[in-house]
Amino acid sequence: MAIEVRIPTILRTLTDGAKAVEGKGTSLDELFADLDTRHPGLRARLVDDKGLRKFVNVYLNDEDVRFLGGLETEVSDGDNVTILPAVAGG
Amino acid sequence: MRFDSLLDSLGRTPLVGLPRLSPSPEVRLWAKLEDRNPTGSVKDRPAFFMIDKAEKDGLLTPGRTILEPTSGNTGISLAMVAKLRGYKMICVMPENTSEERRQLLRMWGAEIISSPAAGGSNEAVRVAKKLAGEHPDWVMLYQYGNEANALAHYETTGPEILEDLPTVTHFVAGLGTTGTLMGVGRFLREHKPDVRIVAAEPRYGELVYGLRNIDEGFIPELYDDSVLTTRFSVGSADALRRTRELLEQEGIFAGVSTGGALHAAIGMARKAVKAGERADIAFVVADGGWKYLSTGAYEGTLEDAEERLEGQLWA
Repeated sequence: MAIEVRIPTILRTLTDGAKAVEGKGTSLDELFADLDTRHPGLRARLVDDKGLRKFVNVYLNDEDVRFLGGLETEVSDGDNVTILPAVAGG
Repeated sequence: MRFDSLLDSLGRTPLVGLPRLSPSPEVRLWAKLEDRNPTGSVKDRPAFFMIDKAEKDGLLTPGRTILEPTSGNTGISLAMVAKLRGYKMICVMPENTSEERRQLLRMWGAEIISSPAAGGSNEAVRVAKKLAGEHPDWVMLYQYGNEANALAHYETTGPEILEDLPTVTHFVAGLGTTGTLMGVGRFLREHKPDVRIVAAEPRYGELVYGLRNIDEGFIPELYDDSVLTTRFSVGSADALRRTRELLEQEGIFAGVSTGGALHAAIGMARKAVKAGERADIAFVVADGGWKYLSTGAYEGTLEDAEERLEGQLWA
């Protein structure tokens, strides 16, 4: 078991075109660090020194992690993480 | 009920219970039927407020042209008010929006400028801002950053919900311009400090997220995350499934974005049941299903309907 992470089109150059990748960790921060070992540069596109980048939205089982614990949000095997750029609606 | 004109009949929409979809007598779901507005969507409220404010501020004078980036409903509402008040209306709309929306806009006399499907409403905003720069005489009301958008809900939708449902514990609505959630959320929090304000954000097909660069992302200027309790991303499969459940179980024929809000509302209801808490969960039916018939959302298997919606802006 692992954590599935769905990657938006715009970041797939870093995952060899893969729509989803798998990783491990007990927090989102650890998960991103783990992904970065196999997909170098991915973490830097998601996170800066202040935390999640402004136009990056990350959802844990469809809930926005900014309302959970941000990068400290706990994750576990079987969870789904979705990364999406912030876009306009309405 | 009698009104002096169509615009005077805005708002005061019914709040109806969902006896079949509510999990128990202690945990109840309530639908705010915003399709019962003059042009059939919740956007009539902000459209009316934004035009009214622009007139009072002296920005809009007879004969002027209104420009707005919109995936449909706001444009339709603005076009109706503009026609009655004597303004010309130009909408910048992504090309991947339903044919019904285009027909309705033309019917109320609006001119449509299409923006590329890739990038969705982001592109519409970009194109509209460029046009506004080139035509300083046009008035862009700009729903994403216009305080009158949120104010419409603070002054009307919010008070209506509290009056009809003083025991409200949750408010759920789709997240687009964020105007509904900001306005109703602020109002309810002032009167019910413990109320939970929940956003249901539509998750579209990949085409819509086809930005060239992640730094080209967009967050509406109206958005203040401190108003929200939490925010869910709802994919088209869940939104479609709930839209059909609402039709089959409760007889309510709603647009697809309503299914997204209902999905989040049912999620909150389940949490309340699990925690053994009482809950009165109000959610917004943003529009009726009429404008989405051509998308095939209500026919055939869910899988087929989902496929047909791929790449469409359904909220």
